[in-house]
Amino acid sequence: MGSLQLLPPSASAHAADMDWLFAALLGVSAFILLLVFGLMILFCIRYRKGSKVERGNRLGRTWRVEVAWTGLTFAAFLVLYFWGANLYVRIHSPPSDATDIYVVGKQWMWKIEHPGGQREIDTLHVPVGRPVRLVLTSQDVIHDFAIPAFRIRQDAVPGRYETLWFTPTEIGEYRLFCAEFCGTWHARMGGTVVVMEPSDFQRWLDSQDPGPSLAQEGEALFSSYGCSGCHGGASTVHAPKLEGLFGRPVPLEDGRTVIADDRYLRDSILMPKAEIAAGYPPVMPSFAGQIGEDDLLKLVAYIKSLADKTADSAERPAP
Amino acid sequence: MTTATVTGKPEEPVVATKNYLTEGGVTLRSWLLTRDHKRIAILYTLSITFFFFVGGAAATLIRLNLVTPPGIFTPDIYNRLFTLHGVIMVWFFLIPSIPNTMGNFLIPLMIGAKDLAFPRLNLLSWYLYVGAGFLALFAILIGGVDTGWTFYTPFSSLYSNGYVVLALAAVLAVGFSSILTGLNFIVTTHRMRAPGMTWYRLPVFVWSNYATSVIMVLATPVLAITLILVAAERLLKVGIFDPALGGDPLLFQHLFWFYSHPAVYIMILPGFGVISEIVPCFARKPLFGYKFVVWSSIAISVIGFFVWAHHMFVAGISLYAGLVFSLLSYVIAVPSAIKVFNWTATLHKGWISFDAPMLYALGFIGLFTIGGLTGLFVANLAFDVHVTDTYFVVAHFHYIMVGGMVSAYFGGLHYWWPKVTGRLYPEWWARIAALLIFFGFNLTFFPQFILGYLGMERRYYSYPPEFQAWNIFSSAGASVLAVGYALPFFYLGWSLFRGKRAGANPWAATGLEWQTPSPPPTHNFDRTPTVTRPPYQYRPEPEPQDV
Repeated sequence: MGSLQLLPPSASAHAADMDWLFAALLGVSAFILLLVFGLMILFCIRYRKGSKVERGNRLGRTWRVEVAWTGLTFAAFLVLYFWGANLYVRIHSPPSDATDIYVVGKQWMWKIEHPGGQREIDTLHVPVGRPVRLVLTSQDVIHDFAIPAFRIRQDAVPGRYETLWFTPTEIGEYRLFCAEFCGTWHARMGGTVVVMEPSDFQRWLDSQDPGPSLAQEGEALFSSYGCSGCHGGASTVHAPKLEGLFGRPVPLEDGRTVIADDRYLRDSILMPKAEIAAGYPPVMPSFAGQIGEDDLLKLVAYIKSLADKTADSAERPAP
Repeated sequence: MTTATVTGKPEEPVVATKNYLTEGGVTLRSWLLTRDHKRIAILYTLSITFFFFVGGAAATLIRLNLVTPPGIFTPDIYNRLFTLHGVIMVWFFLIPSIPNTMGNFLIPLMIGAKDLAFPRLNLLSWYLYVGAGFLALFAILIGGVDTGWTFYTPFSSLYSNGYVVLALAAVLAVGFSSILTGLNFIVTTHRMRAPGMTWYRLPVFVWSNYATSVIMVLATPVLAITLILVAAERLLKVGIFDPALGGDPLLFQHLFWFYSHPAVYIMILPGFGVISEIVPCFARKPLFGYKFVVWSSIAISVIGFFVWAHHMFVAGISLYAGLVFSLLSYVIAVPSAIKVFNWTATLHKGWISFDAPMLYALGFIGLFTIGGLTGLFVANLAFDVHVTDTYFVVAHFHYIMVGGMVSAYFGGLHYWWPKVTGRLYPEWWARIAALLIFFGFNLTFFPQFILGYLGMERRYYSYPPEFQAWNIFSSAGASVLAVGYALPFFYLGWSLFRGKRAGANPWAATGLEWQTPSPPPTHNFDRTPTVTRPPYQYRPEPEPQDV
């Protein structure tokens, strides 16, 4: 049996900011609570049945009082709202230099893949002081990746990529939970986040059997699923070239323009008819149900790795 | 000194010989086929009490399991227990609790009508409720459901191994029961008010149930559609919510909360109504800011439809949706705050006595204020990202639903008990129960706020050792709470046979329901009353009839 803990460990820059917000919320609440309880107790004692205090001159018209306390309450609420909204916007704006780590939830484990190809299950190693962006998805039901020490969590939704970023500030081991009910062993779907010195982290990465990187594996899948037949450099089919695509705007057949991000690539593989690139016949078959989440991540990572290449430089035959 | 000067009405005899309990026969048949709103209210009260104890038993087992992790139940059994607790308590206790018992009994009495507008629909509503209740119990007995009361897809539609479709059917049926009740109350309030009973002379209890009814009628059909879609996906593999079939899991959450957030107000607005009756009566003062209290109920029922996505701040909605829904959630906190301030101001310069209903009402204000203030925490975007799906949220909504609504339910039960049964309950036992419930409740749920901030997740049958100490406090509190809830069952039962005769108006209350004998005659009033004054015309002196 543990002692009576009041606050969880605080291990990220955001955690400290959140605790201040918590303090502000507590302060406002304590003020209102003391006011209401104080007045209630005061009135209950002073105006109890039989007490001989003056009861004349009661407040007749009430609307001034009503407007005053409604306005003041709402003003206090607005301050709290903006404070929380500001932090929320910040935890949705990852810095551009954040390292992407891919997380796939499945009943009942977290599968984690580092960009270098290192894999782990239910444990996440990260370096201290460096921003990390998690790209989350799920292979079956909705899960939720929760790290109380960082004061953040995000649902991992099947069929979508959600992101979550943080910069750890304290070395140590912290709990990781699944926070969205996902079936029988929901309570056991968790693990540890290990925050390490960058040098230790590098040593840890090196000690893992890296295997091929995500992009390299994706490149192999690109041939084995037959993608290269149309999208490869030597193909005669009129298909969009993928080199230099990631992160750029794509004009669509219906006149809209979308940014070619993780979501767009993933949807284009699974639902190619949904957002057709302008000028291309909609001939691509859907791969829904044929490519698992793991492989999808690798394919997307491969297409991402082509972002800096041009169609010409990829004119070599596929490996 | 009555709201409602009832013209030409003689002083009631102490015991009414002819009343709704005796008129029309005392056979089982006469009860099961009754169209009297008061008898249907009694039927509802009995069945709701039964489901309250079923849901309470599940809660007891949950708290027992959480004393010593990994607990005494397998995860599958634990998951079924919290689903049972949620489904039963939400749809078979909280939603019908005050409207279908006290609302049914009192609305016609309070507005000076003989019955509700549609007595047969009222009876049908009870049969739907009971049928749905047995369907839910059947689903539980043959193996249970493990989705939680929220039925999130795609877990519920494709992965759960429980009897999901049966449970969905039960909730669907009980939803229709709600719709019928809501419809009945709306029409009754519009069409059946006694002469002189203008809208601004209606007791706040009637206003609150009116606001509740609007939500029931507008929101419940969305729930019905959603549940049918889940069943279609589960049975027929039609892709609606599961991405593997081309569906969208977030669509379910939008539809579900579009009903279920307004449903939270279905669960609390009638409680506001009860408190607004009790506080003026025992403070011997008119309700402070009557119109503000009334219009804040209406405001809540309207704005309540525009805050649903605050349940989804981490579910994958867009940043802008988050910003808008958080702001609207702060807006809806304002009318609730207005009510708390008005009840408090009603006490000012009053002549306050502390009978059991008043103790429940004061307990309600305290617990609801804590529940409402923590609502500001979970409506806060960044804060919610840390605590959503933790025990912080569990504690927050239990403060509203249990600390608030159940306290109001017990307060109302004690306040109108003499009217319903014609008997008084033992006052000191009732005060003890009120205090036990207040302290037991806080001991149970306050530690859960701390647990939630520490990161203890909901729906965990087991948890890391550092959370155990607070869990033990919580479970200890739950046992006090259980005693508090069981006590009224005994002393109220006793009072049915041995309680002192109450007379028509034991609290010297205003309000038409007190101007007719206790228990009331089948047609409520011998002569239709005429109303000449606003409600709550109390004065802070000892009343002549205040014996």
